[in-house]
Amino acid sequence: MGILEVKDVGKRFGGLQALGDVNLSVKENTCHAIIGPNGAGKSTLLNCLVGKLIPDTGSVMFDGQSVLGRSPHEINQMGISRVFQTPEIFGDLTVMENMMIPLFAKRDGSYRLHAIKSVMNERQLREEAEQMLEEVNMLDKRHMHSASMSRGDKRRLEMAMCLIQRPKLLLLDEPTAGMARADTNNTIDLLKEIKEKRDITIAIIEHDMHVVFSLADRITVLAQGTPLVEDAPENIKGHPKVQEAYLGEAH
Amino acid sequence: MFGLDKKDSTLLILVAVLTLLAPFILNPFPSDSGLAQFNAGYPDLMQRFVIFGIFAIGFNILFGLTGYLSFGHAAFLGVGSYSAVWMFKLLSMNILPAIILSVIISGLFALVIGFVSLRRSGIYFSILTLAFAQMSFALAYSVLTPITNGETGLQIALDDPRIFGGAVAADGSIPVTNLFGLEMRSAFDMAVGPWSFTFSAGYYVCAIVMLIAFYLAIRIFRSPFGMMLRAIKSNQTRMNYTGLNPKPYTLAAFVISGMYAGLAGGLMASMDPLAGAERMQWTASGEVVLMTILGGAGTLIGPVLGAGAIKYMENIFSKINDNVLHGWFAFLPDGMEDAVVWILHPFVGKGWHLTLGIIFMLVVIFLPGGLVEGGQRIARAFKGKKAKETSEKATTEPAE
Repeated sequence: MGILEVKDVGKRFGGLQALGDVNLSVKENTCHAIIGPNGAGKSTLLNCLVGKLIPDTGSVMFDGQSVLGRSPHEINQMGISRVFQTPEIFGDLTVMENMMIPLFAKRDGSYRLHAIKSVMNERQLREEAEQMLEEVNMLDKRHMHSASMSRGDKRRLEMAMCLIQRPKLLLLDEPTAGMARADTNNTIDLLKEIKEKRDITIAIIEHDMHVVFSLADRITVLAQGTPLVEDAPENIKGHPKVQEAYLGEAH
Repeated sequence: MFGLDKKDSTLLILVAVLTLLAPFILNPFPSDSGLAQFNAGYPDLMQRFVIFGIFAIGFNILFGLTGYLSFGHAAFLGVGSYSAVWMFKLLSMNILPAIILSVIISGLFALVIGFVSLRRSGIYFSILTLAFAQMSFALAYSVLTPITNGETGLQIALDDPRIFGGAVAADGSIPVTNLFGLEMRSAFDMAVGPWSFTFSAGYYVCAIVMLIAFYLAIRIFRSPFGMMLRAIKSNQTRMNYTGLNPKPYTLAAFVISGMYAGLAGGLMASMDPLAGAERMQWTASGEVVLMTILGGAGTLIGPVLGAGAIKYMENIFSKINDNVLHGWFAFLPDGMEDAVVWILHPFVGKGWHLTLGIIFMLVVIFLPGGLVEGGQRIARAFKGKKAKETSEKATTEPAE
């Protein structure tokens, strides 16, 4: 049994069958990549996992519990954090405040009226946040307005915001999309480090084969809403079906 | 101090000193001089400054922090006023229970309206709040007449079934509002040479309530709750995917700001025990939006400044009529005097709204952060000058 079990999930948008009978099992403490050509249903699948979309058929179990019908904030509280294709951070807030919010969410749950106590007095949380920023080399930027940072920094901040919650499952939606080669390599190094240091399961959707093959323990190839193959990376490269559906398209 | 950092404490102390010394500060001109009409230090106007200050502080907790623009906040002010007057009619002329009830009732009212309105955001939210406020206004005028006394407005009468204190004062007149015997109307005049200063009990009660409200607002701004509200304004998607439910946070902010409005309404009725439906009209809701933006939305002191500026103009500019203008420009030759008065005429007196409109446009275009941003720019310019001077000294000294 994997930590994330997707069974017979289907999703239809009007006349378009976006997902049809997707089965997927992500094992604990592995990095599972989902790849596929444009329109293969990767993002739809991801949105079904985090509560943004509700599948028409099938079930999604995380850590023994169904996620279907739950809203995104409830699913996050179960232990799933998501990194977006374009970094979603609190742009009007400073880097430090961006780090404090997930810590409050982790400690106090979805809602708690903390209207009188000062943020400045939360010493323990501040230390935790600073430690995390140190880990991603952003401590010197902690007082910066986060909207004014470079895209790479925003990505790292978003990743740090997700990691500080110590999620069981980290979902990455094309984390290197639109990045320069150097930034991409930095992100790969960061993710590798995360994988080694922490007990964390990672599911990653990615276009960039370089990223996929340097991180993934397991790869699922999705085409036209259904999984074609699931295998270890070394077997995927030469797989004829994959070449035909995905890599072949590029040649 | 009081759990605030140094900067916030300084601000609080500054505001406290300014409000407590307002009778002096707002009366800078001798009472028999020509400029005496610019004096704003009379109790009625000073009370309005601080009451609308409270209203704007509360509005800013919702609009400034979460970015949800309510166009119906005057409804809560009106509800607060009605509750307070009913308390005077039925319970006692003491303002304390009246104010407490107005805060509670407007809070409950805000809970209901907020619960429905917050199902939508952006312009739809604004329209929903506007619709609710206009509905309340129309109801107060029509079917709710038994509660609101319709067009006449709710007021104290000689035959009120008041439990404590009786319906009639000792001298046979309608009793006055008080705080444990301290009459809100009582005032003390002090004459220093040609200057005269009035210290009104009502003003000081309002001022102290405003200082407490302001202090609480600072605490809310600096609390985790305040940070969550800013996070909602910034990015609701990230908020959701961080495990936080934005809805109860916005609803709490809405209710808190509704309670501030109710507090303002209750104080207004305490100073002058009369409540009319026009207090709930959309123009009144629009006014608090103007105050907050003019002063600086999302800043601590901005809404108070905005409320002061607008109320000052409303009461002082509107008093300048053609006769006053002729008096000022009497030194000019006749034809020119008339011409100057003709040019200035639309901007003063009844035309004060035109002046306000121009100032508002200038502020929004050139100082999007409101008067507070203006102050910051001036401060920075001074500091910059100083810094430049010191750096120039530093660079020139070695050469010497």
